[in-house]
Formats: sequence, C-alpha cells, structure tokens
Amino acid sequence: MTERVSRLVVVGNGMVGQRFVEALRARDTDGRWRVTVLAEERRPAYDRVRLSAVFDGVDAGELNLHTPDAGVDLRLGEPATGVDRARRVVTTAAGEYPYDALVLATGSYAFVPPVDGTDLPGVFVYRTLDDLSAIREHARGRRTGAVIGGGLLGLEAANALRLLGLATSVVEFAPRLMPVQVDEAGGAMLRRYVEELGVTPYLGVATTALRTGPDGTVAALDLADGRTVDAELVVVAAGIRPRDELARVAGLPLGPRGGVLVDASCRTADERIWAVGECAAVDGVCHGLVAPGYATAEVVADRLLGGAATFPGADTATKLKLLGVDVASFGDAHGVTPGCLDVTYTDPATRSYAKLVLSDDARTLLGGVLVGDASAYPTLRASVGGPLPAPPLALLAPAGGAGAGAGALPGTAQVCSCNAVTRADLDAAIAGGATDVPALKACTRAGTSCGSCVPMLKQLLDAAGVRQSTALCEHFDHSRQELFDLIRVRGISTFSRLVAEHGRGSGCDICKPVVASILASLGTGHVLDGEQASLQDTNDHFLANLQRDGSYSVVPRIPGGEITPEKLIAIGEVARDFRLYTKITGGQRIDLFGARVDQLPQIWRRLVDAGFESGHAYGKALRTVKSCVGDTWCRYGVQDSVGLAVALELRYRGLRAPHKLKSAVSGCARECAEARSKDFGVIATETGWNLYVGGNGGFRPRHADLFATDLSTAELVTLIDRFLMYYIRTADRLQRTAAWIEAMDGGLDHLRSVLVDDSLGLCADLDAAMARHVTGYSDEWRDVLEDPDRLRRFTSFVNAPDVPDPSITFTQERGQPVPVRGTPPDGGHRRQPVVLGLPEVRR
Amino acid sequence: MRPVVTLDWTPVCPLDRLDPDRGVAALVQDVQVAVFRTTDGLYAVDNLDPVGGAYVMSRGLVGSRGGVPTLASPLHKQVYDLTTGRCLDLPGVTLRRHPVRCRDGLVEVRLRQEE
Ligand SMILES: Cc1cc2nc3c(=O)[nH]c(=O)nc-3n(C[C@H](O)[C@H](O)[C@H](O)COP(=O)(O)OP(=O)(O)OC[C@H]3O[C@@H](n4cnc5c(N)ncnc54)[C@H](O)[C@@H]3O)c2cc1C
Ligand code: SF4
Ligand code: FES
Repeated sequence: MTERVSRLVVVGNGMVGQRFVEALRARDTDGRWRVTVLAEERRPAYDRVRLSAVFDGVDAGELNLHTPDAGVDLRLGEPATGVDRARRVVTTAAGEYPYDALVLATGSYAFVPPVDGTDLPGVFVYRTLDDLSAIREHARGRRTGAVIGGGLLGLEAANALRLLGLATSVVEFAPRLMPVQVDEAGGAMLRRYVEELGVTPYLGVATTALRTGPDGTVAALDLADGRTVDAELVVVAAGIRPRDELARVAGLPLGPRGGVLVDASCRTADERIWAVGECAAVDGVCHGLVAPGYATAEVVADRLLGGAATFPGADTATKLKLLGVDVASFGDAHGVTPGCLDVTYTDPATRSYAKLVLSDDARTLLGGVLVGDASAYPTLRASVGGPLPAPPLALLAPAGGAGAGAGALPGTAQVCSCNAVTRADLDAAIAGGATDVPALKACTRAGTSCGSCVPMLKQLLDAAGVRQSTALCEHFDHSRQELFDLIRVRGISTFSRLVAEHGRGSGCDICKPVVASILASLGTGHVLDGEQASLQDTNDHFLANLQRDGSYSVVPRIPGGEITPEKLIAIGEVARDFRLYTKITGGQRIDLFGARVDQLPQIWRRLVDAGFESGHAYGKALRTVKSCVGDTWCRYGVQDSVGLAVALELRYRGLRAPHKLKSAVSGCARECAEARSKDFGVIATETGWNLYVGGNGGFRPRHADLFATDLSTAELVTLIDRFLMYYIRTADRLQRTAAWIEAMDGGLDHLRSVLVDDSLGLCADLDAAMARHVTGYSDEWRDVLEDPDRLRRFTSFVNAPDVPDPSITFTQERGQPVPVRGTPPDGGHRRQPVVLGLPEVRR
Repeated sequence: MRPVVTLDWTPVCPLDRLDPDRGVAALVQDVQVAVFRTTDGLYAVDNLDPVGGAYVMSRGLVGSRGGVPTLASPLHKQVYDLTTGRCLDLPGVTLRRHPVRCRDGLVEVRLRQEE
C-alpha cells in the first residue's frame, strides 16, 4: 500500500455536516478518506431551513437532503459522547471511532430562558422534525398557543401555530418584532401585518412564568407587567446557542460567546480537529445562517484534500417571506458604522417601509432594511460597499430598485452572492455569446442557488442590448400571446391560414399544439375537427395519455374525487375486463394503464354507459380539482369543500391552456387538500373562501400566493374565471401560472388590479369568454363515439383493423399487468448526467 | 455493408384514408411502418421509435425545420428529417425510411430491408 487511507469522523448530520460530506466525497476521487458520520437524530440530514413547510402540507420526506453513498458509514441515532484527543478516538454509547481527522458539525440548540414552567408538558422548542411532530400532536383539539420570542424563528413558529388553528400570541422582550433585522419603524410596519393575520404581539415585556391548567399541561403565561396570556401550547424561540459541549470537555478553546473556536481555515487549536456550520466560531464569531455554514463546509473539504481555502466572510443578508410579508435586511442594517446617515421611506398606502444606511458622504451604500416591498433587495444587496446605483429616493420608491436596475451597477458589484459572481463576470459572459438567462446560468452559475438575482440577470442582458427573442419557433416570429391576439382579432380559424399569413414553413411540434390550444380556447369546435386534428399532440389526438410502451392510459373524470360505490365498481369492471393496470393517482382519480389504441373507444363506451366521461389527465388543460372531505364529515371543516371542488371541475373541464392547470379546495385552514400547491387553490374560512394563485408541485415546487380573502362562492368563481382566461390569453407556451405571475410587470399586485379593479377594462371580455367555454363544453369522448369518421382513427393498423399491436405485451408485477421492458434499440440517450451544484469558495 | 434487399410493393390503404399531416401505422410483411401524407408528398418510415423503443412514430407530428420536412417522436420529441431519416437532435440516430407511392388511389409501401 503506497498511500494510506485516512479515517475521517464527522459528528452531526445536519445541513452543513451533510454538505461537507458531499463536497469532500465529490472531490476525493482517489478515495483518500474513509468517512464515518455520527448522527444524533434518527433520520438523515434534511432541510431545516424549510422545516415549517411541513405545516403547509409538505411531506417530511420532501425535505430530505441525504443521498445514499456507499463510501460513507452513516450511524443514525448514535450521538458522540466524548473525544479523546490523546488517543484520537470519538466515543459513543456503542463504541469508539478512531480518527485521523475529526469534523464537528453539531449545529445549535434552542436556548430556553430560565423561567419557571418551561419544563411543563406542552412547551416545545422549534428545531427538529421531531419537535414539529410533537407540536402538531399537542395542538390537536387545543385552541390557544403562544411563542416566546419575536425574532425570525419566533414569527415562523407563530405562523405554524396559526396554521394549526390556534389563536396565537407572540411575546417579545425587545420593543419590536425581529429586533435583530429591522429597526423601530420597520418593526412597527411588521407589527401591523402580524396583527392583521390574527397574531397578537406582546412587545417590550418579559415572560415571568408558565402556569399549568387542570390537566397538568401548560395553560398560560405570566408577563412581567402583570398580564396573563392564554396558551395551551408554548413554543420557546428565544435564540440559539452553539453546541460546543464536545469541544468543551475535550479542552479545546471556545469563542467569546461560545462555539468551537476556529481560524479562517476552520481548524481548531488541535490540528486534527475542525468545526463547520453553526457550532463553529470562525475567528470568534458564530453564524446562524446556512449560507456561511456551507462556506465553512467547502473550506474544510478543500483543506482535507490539500487545498488552502479560507472562510470568505459571511453575508448576513436575509430576505424572507414571513407570514406573507417580505422582509429583507442586508449589510449594516442598524447603522452602527460611525458617522453613517439614514434615508428612510414609509408608505402607509402600500404598507411598505424601507431604510438605507449610507456612508457619511452619502455616496456609499452600507446596508438597509425593507419591509412589505422587497423588490429592490437584489440590486441593493449587490450594491453594498459600492456607489449608489441611483439617488436614494429613486431607489426606495416602490419598485424603485428594480427600476434603477442592475444596469447601473459597477463591474465589481457582486450580483449573485450565493455563487460570488460579479457584474463584470456576467458582462464577460454576455460578450462571450450568452444571450439568455439559462445561458448565463450555465456559464457563470449565477442564479442557480436562491434565484433572487435572476431579475438582475435579465436586466444586465437588457442593458447590454441583447434582445431576448420571444419568437415561438422558426415558423413564427410571434410570442404565444401575440399569436393569441392575432387569431382572436383577425378571426383566424385554421393553422394553414395563420402560417401562410403570419409565419413560414409548415409548422412543427412546438407551434402546432400551441395553435391547436389557442383555437380550442377560442371555442372553434371539437379538437379533432378537420384540420385541427393534425395539430394535436398525440395525447390530444387520441384523447388519452401515451405511455412509454406505446399504450395509453385512461383516467375517468371523478370530479372532486367523489364517487359512488356503483361507479367505483364500474371502473373496476372495466379495468378487469380490459386487463388494465390500475393505480390511484395523486389527483384523486383512478388511472387505467395499458390500453391499445383500438381498445380506447370500447373503454370509453363502457365508461360513458356507466355515467362517466373520460378525463383530461393529459394535455395542457385543467386536470383535477382535488378536495378534502370538508364540513360534511370533518370535525374541523367550515365549508363544503367537496361541493365546491365538483362545481369548479365541471366548470373548467376541457379548458385548454398554455400549460396544465391544477386546483384543490380545502374545507378549513388545516389545508388537507394541499390547495396551496396548485395553480389556483381555495381554502375555506368561517365566512367564505380564500383564493390562492400561482402554486405548483413538480420540479420546482412553489406555494401559491394569497390573492383574495373571504369571498362568497359567486365572487370566487368570477375571480377564478378571470384569472384563468387572462392566463390563457397572455402566458407564454409552457409557462405555468407561477412563472407567468413572476414574469408579469408588477406581479401579483398588477394581477389584482387587472382582475379585481378592472384596470385594463378587460373583465367583461374575460367573463364572456369563460361563459362561452362553459356553455360550449361537450364531452369530447362521447363525441368521438358518435362519429364513425373519428372512430376510424382508433385502429392499430390501417391495413389490418382487427390485428392488435403485437409490440404491446405485458408481464405481471405485484399481481397486475405491466409492460415488458425491452432495452431501447439505441439505448442510453435519455440519461443526462446530473451535476452536483456546490457554491464556490473564493480561494 | 450488408446488401440491401427490396421486396414487393404492398398496398396499404386508399389515399383518402390518410388525413393531411397525420400518420397511420400499417403492417407490411409483419413490419410496422408509419405512413404520412404531407403537402410535399408521401413518406414511410419505421413505426419503431429508435430512441424510445416503442412503436409510436405514426403518432408523431410532422412539420418542417429549416425547409426540410420533419417528423417529431411523440415520446421524447426528437425530430427526424423525413427525406433522409436522420435525427436532427441526436447525432448517429436514424429512422429507417421505406419507398412509398400512390397507384390508382392506393398507397403502396415497399420494405427496405438490410439482411
Ligand atoms: C425553523 C428554522 C428556520 C430556519 N430558517 C433559516 C433561513 O431562512 N435561512 C438560513 O440561512 N437559516 C435558517 N435556519 C438556520 C439553519 O437551519 C441552520 O443554519 C443550519 O441548519 C445549520 O446547519 P448545521 O449543520 O450547522 O446544524 P444543524 O442543521 O442543526 O445540524 C446539527 C446536527 O448535529 C447533531 N448533533 C449535535 N450534537 C451531536 C453529537 N454529539 N453527536 C452526533 N450528532 C450531534 C444534531 O442532532 C443535528 O442533527 C433556520 C433554522 C430553523 C430551525
Ligand atoms: S375540513 Fe378539510 S382541510 Fe379542514 S381538517 Fe377537515 S379535511 Fe382537513
Ligand atoms: S444570489 Fe442566490 S442564486 Fe444568485
């Protein structure tokens, strides 16, 4: 053996520990390190930053950050209990682990102030998935909750309690909310928002004791000013402390305020021991955010492989959406630089507050705070330490930062702080031929992490005079929206006329389905009529969903997921008789797989006879409106969510759109139907419905934004009508509602002004268009069955109508038919290598 | 190279059974062939998608790219030049073409076979 394999022990498998191991393993191509990870928690690393998402209906599994790695021995539920530096071993209850290098990644613990009663049942901290499960469990059947601590974490916890249906209070010792991030005026604005959401803040007052109720669990808080706050559940979010206990007993030096003391290379006084993440006091300072933690992980991975990386310094800028309010702070937000000047701006009308901190000559931006409207954040954050990109007032006026634009930034300004990309880097990439945002992302990595700098990438392209083409494809110079208007205004009803008058060539698989969808939205007859048939994607052509083996799946429409036993039996009989693989989908339907083209009409016939129509489980159209069981059965329900879901699905079925559309309705704020992950989601309130728009699951999950509150059913339906029609008219091809709203000038507020206040005078037109859709709808499958001409298409072979396609064959898996898997004749083309994205460390 | 053997013409269907710009599948001596009628004329290619491995090419969309007539796979949207069979998106992939003609209102295909 020439080179010895060294032993690396990592203590802690949290966000940073995991990132560290991945970074090391990705670069340790010679296998120099054998890695053991000791983890206290029983589950592998997960995304703590998104912890609260589990109260928004996100499954805990979705937060997983861990990818299995055979080269790493991960020992879950086995905390390190000691370090013997002389013998170089880490001890756990189960044994000893010798190390050549030891990395501490133990994170922080929640600080619980010494107040009587914090050990009562019903009092929790907010740090791990287990904490959140315990909170959810305890909240069941209780009505009031309180959070001790009004900082970032406290407000996040308060929102969680609110979502669990508790009347929530927040007690904060400082005189304002989020005292670390915002100043007094910003705190006042924040307070107004928080109160509107029904959370009661108690500010500038200490909690003196927690009291029990008759059942022995917590029931109330006593405040120093004599007031009492009812709380059957209490979350303590009073700060975090680094977990430095292992270092302490091992005799390693600690930081002045705790934490494992390390230098800029993240090494402790013992040259074999390193610390990363929240437990590390880098040059004496602990960082409670994940980005600086990731930077320490990269530094140590580099060092262990012989590199010389050093900690680049922390960017403590934060932007977050708390309780639906944008809050951002960056740089010297509190103006502690000697001689600095403040410029503030408060607008009660738009309810926004902003403050900039400038150097004493008012030329250099030092930091700032934004509450309510944080659109200027990316530009401002990139300008810290440099000259102001525009006069202060212009920057602070609503959307001013966006208006002033990245074009005004100097070359040295860091546009993307996640990946350390400057304006000069981006300009060089543009000069080198990058003509759009994806190209810029690929060659500089800007915009590939948090994404907050993407608007600036667009602005830099604009500033460089790069025209970002909106042409649909080589056959049309128009965008989808322009084509829509052309077709509508000129009354064009065929593709051939459109391409002859406004395009060139004979079309392609991009423009043809787009035009088919536009024609369908404008209500020009059956999707398979005349020339339209030739434009449809195969799914729309055969009115079913093409699968990998060339067979189709059929998904009977089950509006709202409500179904009678008779209909359930009918579906079962169809599946049995045609030997279809049967699966329940995420959209509350039953998917029947493995139908040949020639079987489709027979299957539809059976379904139509049983009172079904087949459904649009394919194509760019409304898929389903999912629902929870609602107040008909549920103890918590406040409205009939199923009834509404059925009505919405029947109203919008068959509506063709730029992309698929999904929806859901929940019967109360517990949100069992996951409405906020849909393009349009509805959540019941005591007095009506709240409408959320622009959510989606999939590759880039996004929660929908609250659009309007406490609507009557009629108001709700009108707003959804307009929302959908406006989307259909103005979105780009394959642009889902979320991206459509994000790309809109003025975003959600603009959308509200168009759809609620009718600022463009479009509403009557949109309403009429939807009315035409609703009255014009007919069952597309039944229509095919009644038309011999259309039926004729449903044969496997034109010259042998009775021969079934012999290539479609099945085998059995778990008692059901599944396609026989052959190797593709020219295999391997579909697999794309996946690149692991790691932030760069400046060396 | 193996010799190319051509077989007899097989009638497939009447011309008016083909919708413009839309394909059908036919069985020609047990080989699945996709037949299209476009404004440029008739085309016949293998029904087997060389990438996806399923018999679906007859259900793809025809069009043009840079002036050449094209066919897009309905599975993963790779585009093929109908005049040469070459895939325009993936180098080295081709779709086998077959001679096709219209005689007395009947569309006929002759298999091109490598043996
Ligand atoms: C609700 C919430 C919201 C947050 N939001 C944000 C945000 O918006 N932005 C942001 O930047 N940051 C946010 N954070 C902070 C962020 O989660 C942390 O900065 C990050 O998780 C730190 O990673 P870490 O690996 O250092 O610590 P952790 O993720 O805490 O991991 C440490 C792990 O080590 C384990 N451990 C401890 N001692 C031992 C031992 N002796 N043996 C074995 N294992 C041990 C712990 O059990 C834990 O699993 C948030 C945190 C919370 C709780
Ligand atoms: S009404 Fe619906 S959302 Fe509310 S708890 Fe019941 S099932 Fe869940
Ligand atoms: S700033 Fe986060 S990706 Fe650019």
